[in-house]
Amino acid sequence: MKSSNSSDPDHFHRVVDCQWGCPAHTDVPRYIRQIAQGDFTEAYLENRKSNVFPGVLGRVCDRPCEPACRRGRLDEAPVAICRLKRVAADLSDDIRDRLPPKGKSNGKRIACVGAGCASLTVANDLLPLGYDITIFEQHDKPGGLMRTNIPSFRLPAEVLDDEIDLIVERGVDLRLNTRIDSMKQLLDEGFDSIFVGTGAPRGKDLDLPGRNDSDRIHIGIDWLESVAFEHRDSIGENVLIIGVGNTAMDCCRSALRLGGKNVSVVARKPRGWFKASAWELEDAEEEDVNILVNHSPKSFVVEDGVLKGMTFDKMHYEIDDNGELSSAEVVEEIFLPCDDVILAIGQDNAFPWIERDVGLSFNKWDAPDVDDVTHGVELPGVFFGGDSAFGPKNIIWAVEHGHRAAISIHKYCNGEDISDRPARGMNLLSTKMGIHEWSYSNDFEDSERRQMRHVELTERFKNIRIEVELGFDPEQTALEVERCLNCDVQTVFSEKLCIECDACMDVCPVYCLTITEDGDEDDLRQRLRAPADNKDQVLYVSDALPQTGKVMVKDENLCIHCGLCAERCPTGAWDMRKSQLKIPYANKTVEEKNINVS
Amino acid sequence: MSFIAKPKITHPGLPRNSIGLTLRDYEGSMSTLCAGCGHDSVSSAIMQAYFELSIEPHRVAKVSGIGCSSKTPTYFLGGAHGFNSVHGRMPSIATGANAANRELQYIGVSGDGDSLSIGLGQFSHAIRRNVNMMYVLENNGVYGLTKGQFSASADKGSKAKKGEANSYSPIDPVLLAMSLGCTFVGRSFSGDKDNLVPLLKSAISHSGFALIDVISPCVTFNDHEGSTKSYAHTREHMLETVYADYVGEHEEIIAQVKPGEYRQVMMHDGSRVGLRHIDENYDPTDRIAAISYIEKHRAEGAVVTGLLYVEEGSEEMHTTLGSAPGAMSEIPYEKLNPGAEALKRIQGRWR
Repeated sequence: MKSSNSSDPDHFHRVVDCQWGCPAHTDVPRYIRQIAQGDFTEAYLENRKSNVFPGVLGRVCDRPCEPACRRGRLDEAPVAICRLKRVAADLSDDIRDRLPPKGKSNGKRIACVGAGCASLTVANDLLPLGYDITIFEQHDKPGGLMRTNIPSFRLPAEVLDDEIDLIVERGVDLRLNTRIDSMKQLLDEGFDSIFVGTGAPRGKDLDLPGRNDSDRIHIGIDWLESVAFEHRDSIGENVLIIGVGNTAMDCCRSALRLGGKNVSVVARKPRGWFKASAWELEDAEEEDVNILVNHSPKSFVVEDGVLKGMTFDKMHYEIDDNGELSSAEVVEEIFLPCDDVILAIGQDNAFPWIERDVGLSFNKWDAPDVDDVTHGVELPGVFFGGDSAFGPKNIIWAVEHGHRAAISIHKYCNGEDISDRPARGMNLLSTKMGIHEWSYSNDFEDSERRQMRHVELTERFKNIRIEVELGFDPEQTALEVERCLNCDVQTVFSEKLCIECDACMDVCPVYCLTITEDGDEDDLRQRLRAPADNKDQVLYVSDALPQTGKVMVKDENLCIHCGLCAERCPTGAWDMRKSQLKIPYANKTVEEKNINVS
Repeated sequence: MSFIAKPKITHPGLPRNSIGLTLRDYEGSMSTLCAGCGHDSVSSAIMQAYFELSIEPHRVAKVSGIGCSSKTPTYFLGGAHGFNSVHGRMPSIATGANAANRELQYIGVSGDGDSLSIGLGQFSHAIRRNVNMMYVLENNGVYGLTKGQFSASADKGSKAKKGEANSYSPIDPVLLAMSLGCTFVGRSFSGDKDNLVPLLKSAISHSGFALIDVISPCVTFNDHEGSTKSYAHTREHMLETVYADYVGEHEEIIAQVKPGEYRQVMMHDGSRVGLRHIDENYDPTDRIAAISYIEKHRAEGAVVTGLLYVEEGSEEMHTTLGSAPGAMSEIPYEKLNPGAEALKRIQGRWR
């Protein structure tokens, strides 16, 4: 097959599974090494560069990096990346003097609608460039869904306030209690560009008999919001939560803290089809929430204006050979008594404030068509990001949307083509320190993933503001950082130096190297020393080797970056080089060009 | 050598052999040889051969003498028995061990110094006795442990690292062994496992003394231009003559080859070795023809590789001696040592 083009920044970026899997491409191995060296402030800043809210995300990120982590494929649990992020945030010094101040005003005014994570990221990226940013927020506090939908026992308000302050206090014109009711009016106010980050604020309703006969049937995200703003501080003893996503998990655990005694989460499908993250489900079950499966809601039972319970069809599903649900049949009808019902079955975008004749086309979900690279819409100068762009995702996606939109806004305000995107770059730097010494910890740590410590069950329900997770202690941190495989320390091969002694192949603990006759990719994958059946991971293929004309093939799938191939190489054909992805931001484009295989 | 031990973690999908072991179960300690040493590659081929033959490591005994090559048994089959003997005396240890326990598989690892200088007499007599063992001679043409002086196998005219040429004729272990009546003789190259691994498997299943001369470059002292035992020189001058294709007892032969170019040799344990003649004029069962073929090509500077000679139905040491079946360790003590009275009776026969 064609030899690998390792000068394409994507080639080595893909090897760093966590960073590749992260929407914002946070350089995880780099900040884990900084934590390992006790340099928490640098680790925090490294995080902040890409994800802007390390303290928040270190607690409540959806963690796409963790299922991507290579250790998960080595028959064990991924590195506790998210927990380590929190360590950096908890122990970082004040970084205020390390952030770029607001630049000298360039006379351009930007409006952001909604003070959630997407708008705040836009402000963060554009402030140093001298833009005047105005953020309009309907509530009396900024934060958007981070504040209204994530209960404070998971994300303390102080953590959120601190990280929002780091942006706002540098000169954002934050207008609280200011709801934008008309896009037309906003357009008329003469802003140079408008960013819409209004989230997906409408919780889905369940239109069943009895729905409108009681005021004890709540929409999940609205209910969480009223709890967050302390408009509500109690709930009945028996609570049913309908739906089994992460919002349902937040609802059930909040209900337990407001007086719920018997709280059940009711799912329509079996366990494998739950939308909630495994760890959120685990935390809810630890608090004794009942999870009921295969219950399809049928009606609300209300007698004399009082909610008595709900009826459900108990379902039986057949699962076919592909693991899909193939058929469903109703087995029986079940009545579950309750005092309150919370509906947590999803959210929709809602744009009641955008006039339909303003010049935007709306798609079948009644949302504007948004370009997924530029985040622009039909109206020039208007950009959408976060959940308001493509429906509910998560915080880290919203942050990435903010970065992309900020680039677009900067280009738009400078009269440049917004679709001409700045390129990424990649630096490679040898880690060789001595004959068998590297500037990273290359030994494999075979300990298991450290478990999060929690506040005792007897303590945690006393107040909804008691944060349940205690964070990692120093011992846990010291061990967990060593579990990281340093996937960013790349094995870089120079074919012209290779004498085909086989030493690298022979020493590799995971058999990822093979010297063999060239062939096409499918054929090569069959001929490697160990099965190479994960096609999501690339093969690193060299040019023809000098002595036999064979090729060196590396299956990047399970390499543990121990560096033994490079240690056993007599000619230095293999080298361990630290890769650093250069990501362009609005306030910082990539100038360095690739430094590559010499 | 590396500061870290080879991590225990491995590829979860690693193939298993018929006794449920993976290749990693055939490893030994981390090698302390120079990075890129041919010997490490030979060790790796040995692990591969025992793995593919599904031989339990504890059924193998590793014996060696002194030298870089003789260190290597530590680096493979950690679960096997082993004895690191005096310089050049490994054949005696192997003969004694084999005499006492014929149930184990014996592998002797030696080098050109250990076998062709100090141990040449021992080497010759083990061949003469046809001890049932595989003798791997890791041949690099220099004394690596003492900083690269020419050994007895260095070719005349081959250059040392600083440029001086060797002025003595080499001892060719293959020709020497064939002249001594060795019943299985092969030659291979550490950088060609496709050839080496099946040759090792065939040698392991041979009943009698099986010599494999492996050109195994010394990456530190003998891998330069002018050396005749470097990686590059060996690759350039290697002439594969007979490809040995080990076929297990119950396996079908799949290779499609023209008749006349392929034949099988039945091994003692019921397995077969398929011999594919890459040079159709070569007959690996005709000793005299084989010797002259190898001599002729040696004069032309070619390194003839493959299974060069095999004697079908060879008679190994125990058969010749008519010794008791089974391992001595399995014979009850009373039978093994019948006592002073019995000794007196035996001695009485000569009074």
